[in-house]
Amino acid sequence: MSAITHHIPDAMLAAYAAGTLPHAFSVVVASHISLCDQCRTALGAHQAVGGLVLEGADSVGVSGNLKTDILAQLDDPYTPEPMYDRLGIYPGPVTKVLKGGEPRWKTLGMGVRQDILSASREGSVRLLYIPPGQAVPDHSHNGLELTLVLQGSFSDETGRFGVGDLEIGDESLHHTPTADAGDPCICLAATDAPLRFNAFMPRLLQPLFKI
Amino acid sequence: MISLSVEYTRTRSLQFEMSRSESKPLPPKNTELSDQTIWMLAVRDERDKAAFAELFDFFAPRLKGFIMRSGTSSAQAEEIVQDVMLTVWRKAPMFDPHRAQVSAWIYQIARNRHIDIRRKENRPVPEELIEDPGTEPDASQIMAMQQEAGQLKQALAQLNTKQREMIEKAYLGDLTHQQISEQTGLPLGTIKSRIRLGLERLRRELKGLR
Repeated sequence: MSAITHHIPDAMLAAYAAGTLPHAFSVVVASHISLCDQCRTALGAHQAVGGLVLEGADSVGVSGNLKTDILAQLDDPYTPEPMYDRLGIYPGPVTKVLKGGEPRWKTLGMGVRQDILSASREGSVRLLYIPPGQAVPDHSHNGLELTLVLQGSFSDETGRFGVGDLEIGDESLHHTPTADAGDPCICLAATDAPLRFNAFMPRLLQPLFKI
Repeated sequence: MISLSVEYTRTRSLQFEMSRSESKPLPPKNTELSDQTIWMLAVRDERDKAAFAELFDFFAPRLKGFIMRSGTSSAQAEEIVQDVMLTVWRKAPMFDPHRAQVSAWIYQIARNRHIDIRRKENRPVPEELIEDPGTEPDASQIMAMQQEAGQLKQALAQLNTKQREMIEKAYLGDLTHQQISEQTGLPLGTIKSRIRLGLERLRRELKGLR
């Protein structure tokens, strides 16, 4: 596995730390950080700033009984949230969405498959499976699209993306990502708007496939 | 009645010798860890309720002020404070002083819980790196973290008023990702570079954990 060369921009890490990044993007960012020490430490820097803002916040007095209430609850039994670890190529945040199971692939044609992990008006996040040598149809973006490689690699007009690399596409990016030779390329992709395909599938069918 | 341990007062006077192997900028010797770190370690390692009460006294009013800044009512802010402080107690075993300041760790818990509660969804979080139980604290590493945070604090204090307000808004969660991206005057890169040395150390530390 080669080194990760495409990382999360600072503004996005700051928004992730502050919790203002849409859910679909947060799944991808948390997954990249799980694979990338450089971005994990960069997130640490943003959390440090957040901590300083917290330390500097104006104090507002709390109710007199809040402290005793909390101290009285410390020994209460509680069930910790289940922790999801990496499962094969899938980082913890993905196995959490999959609830520890396998992806349920649906065929899109030309050997391309997808599993929509979540979709809402705010955006969607899905897994994509692209056979070696296969191009993901030429598409442009209404909004922002994050693509994280989990297996294999793909190349497009902007470069090559291997395991752990994150590609960020916006309105200006018209590209044709093509899976490289070798293993099928599996990606985690999130958008905040439906994709516009220029070829490969009639626009009318897009709502049907939710892509 | 809550039983309060007095054990933690013992640890407060703990002094750490800086390690000899440390090269270049020689940190002052016998530097003390911050109160917050000492309290947090007492909570983590001894389940010390008196130390937890100290953490509460320091953080609860700040958390409440912090949460109310984004328009949350006083009553709801207290609910979130309660949730955050209980989470601090329960997740204390995950606190690693070599990688985070107490305030940074609590900040992330506060943002995560705030969003979980408001949006009724579970925030995606990275896989946790858990250090081996029984790992001896490396005082020089912890002190280095503390010093880097001090430098960062100075850097923030030197920003002009507008920049500082934008930083506060961004980390309070008042700016969208789009808005943060468009703030060209926001010194995010500068901020990161202020603690680059610490980050390099942390990366080495992380390698050891794998």
